[in-house]
Amino acid sequence: MSKERIKISPDLYDIMPSDYQDLVQSATYGKEDRGWKDIGTSKELIEQHSLCAGCPESMAFRYILASLPNPEDTVMVGSTGCTSLVFPMVAVHNIHSLFGNQNAIASGLKRALSVRFPDRVKDVVVLAGDGATVDIGLDMTLQAWFRQEKFTTICFDNELYANTGGQESGLMQKGFVAKMAPVGKLFDKVRLPEIARESGCHYVVNCTVSKPSLVEKVIRNSVLIAREIGPTYIQLYTPCILEIGKNSMEGLQEMRDSEKPTERFAYKEYVSEPAKQFLAELAAKDKERKAAAKQLAGKA
Amino acid sequence: MAEIKSHIGTQNKKGQTYTDPWKMMHEAPRNPSFYTGSEVIKEALRRASCDVMIAYPITPQSEAAALIGELFAEGYIGDYFRGESEFAVMSQCAGAAFGGARVFTTTAGPGTMRAMENFPMWAGARLPIQMIVTCRGINSPLSIQPDTIEISYLLNTGMLVWHAETAQDFFDWILKGFMVSEEPEVHLPLALCCDGFFVTHTKDVVNLTPTDMCLPPYDPYRSPVPCMDMECPPVRMMRDPFIMKSNYISYATHASWQQEIWAAVERSRKHTIKWINGLIDTENTDAEVVIVASGTAVSQGREAIRLLEDEGVRCGLIKVKSLRPWPGEEIREATKNAKHIFVPEFNVTGWLAKEIKATIPNSERVHAGPHVCGGMTMPPEIIVSEIKTALGLRSESLAGRGS
Repeated sequence: MSKERIKISPDLYDIMPSDYQDLVQSATYGKEDRGWKDIGTSKELIEQHSLCAGCPESMAFRYILASLPNPEDTVMVGSTGCTSLVFPMVAVHNIHSLFGNQNAIASGLKRALSVRFPDRVKDVVVLAGDGATVDIGLDMTLQAWFRQEKFTTICFDNELYANTGGQESGLMQKGFVAKMAPVGKLFDKVRLPEIARESGCHYVVNCTVSKPSLVEKVIRNSVLIAREIGPTYIQLYTPCILEIGKNSMEGLQEMRDSEKPTERFAYKEYVSEPAKQFLAELAAKDKERKAAAKQLAGKA
Repeated sequence: MAEIKSHIGTQNKKGQTYTDPWKMMHEAPRNPSFYTGSEVIKEALRRASCDVMIAYPITPQSEAAALIGELFAEGYIGDYFRGESEFAVMSQCAGAAFGGARVFTTTAGPGTMRAMENFPMWAGARLPIQMIVTCRGINSPLSIQPDTIEISYLLNTGMLVWHAETAQDFFDWILKGFMVSEEPEVHLPLALCCDGFFVTHTKDVVNLTPTDMCLPPYDPYRSPVPCMDMECPPVRMMRDPFIMKSNYISYATHASWQQEIWAAVERSRKHTIKWINGLIDTENTDAEVVIVASGTAVSQGREAIRLLEDEGVRCGLIKVKSLRPWPGEEIREATKNAKHIFVPEFNVTGWLAKEIKATIPNSERVHAGPHVCGGMTMPPEIIVSEIKTALGLRSESLAGRGS
């Protein structure tokens, strides 16, 4: 899709909602170096949402949507949970169907888009919570990776079922007392990043969303690697401030506390050999492009 | 929006000519071939311009699903793979259909049940996926034998549900089914059911359309809902998500959407009548005794009628082809002369008899049965026996029934 396609007929311009007018005027579809720095100066691909005030998931959503390398040809797949409150407000095609089947939907979607648009890039990005990714949807998460389906899986890890009111999830820490874990969770947090690596993912990152520049880099890499090489998995800590007893202003600090070197969301990354080579080629091209631009600027 | 143009008359990469579907199905020469039901599914798919087929093994549809894999290897299908379970397969089908593909899959019995959560979602999302259901038992202890109980679970999903009697029905209805399903005012999934083994694993003469003709490709931009391919503007779908809201607007939205699904089922009626030549077939419905059946119970009913004729009992037949849309008006009309209505079924609960009882006046005329289940065959003699007993006629005792 090009930006041309969302242009409004002049006769109808004034009756279109202002958020649509803004999309046409200043969204960053098609901008090659789009990223988190566009936030504040261009129309974001997310409208007002109904998440709790200060919810780190809303920050994550904004950074991810700002960082997608190709939003004009990206389709996102969600699942049931707090994310499904946000997706209706997102200016990228997105699918919600059932709880936990997001990687199966994405598998069929990616294949259909490949059949229908063999000569064009169509990225597919899954974004779902930890219950959807690791508990109810685990088999479909893993099987998509086993099959080397070429899309990105992003898990918003808030370590519990937030939308249903704070029940135990597989990614919850051991010992945490929650609904359905009345004496504390009895087993360890599932180590999905390691499982992802062993299941064939080519790029795996475990981190928080405290630093937008880092989120931008990780999302961009994960989408580009998925497009060219194979499945990628990003696990982002997006704490549910409501359920862990924090105030609206405390989400960022909670993430910072959890990403210290000895903590469970210390930055961890795995890159497969083909993905390393691909990233190196990308970096070389980028360097070349920058050098050429500099030379051009010098001449001018 | 992708360029909308007619493909009719052009060729696909396999050299098949995209043909006007009505002409292909009604006017093109037919070639009699001796095939199993599974092979017939493959031959229908060869002519269906199918973009994506997703497979999973479960008896008795495994052979058909594997044969379609051969078609993929030959280049007739856009993409094909084995999913990890029926639940996943039906979600993968949904993903492919959301992405604008013509999608086909096959399942059976426990697979249908495992995948069940997907079917109302398919209908709600207006995905015109075609699913072949080769019915088998779903109960415990484990059974792989023919049994049509699973159809009853599909009736309220919002899917179109047809019940094929023969391999010929199957061949024609697979191709015609896409035409009905993909009508913009319908755009609903179709469960095309048959009785496992009896249809899938037996050979029959089937008149096939020419191999060098195929259906025109699916055009996802005729869908009543946007195709999820980022080829049309992505607008904010709603100002406030309705999912978990407890307010009148939320209720009204969900209610009207559900009503719209069933209105679409209703709108499919005229297309179904046109393509499969009526929702029911009838023979001698002026008789006082009428058998109403679907699937292979129709064949057994037809044979029972021949036996009854030998004994001087005249009996009519109603073959129910489409269960959704439900041929209520047609059945009321066709049974208006009947004093006794028999509904032989390959399941223990008699769901078809219940549907008929809820449809016609004076429902005490309906004799629900005979029923066989768990893989039992239905010899015409037990239908004859049921009818004669009900009519107070002397019936020969049947061997093996303990009488």
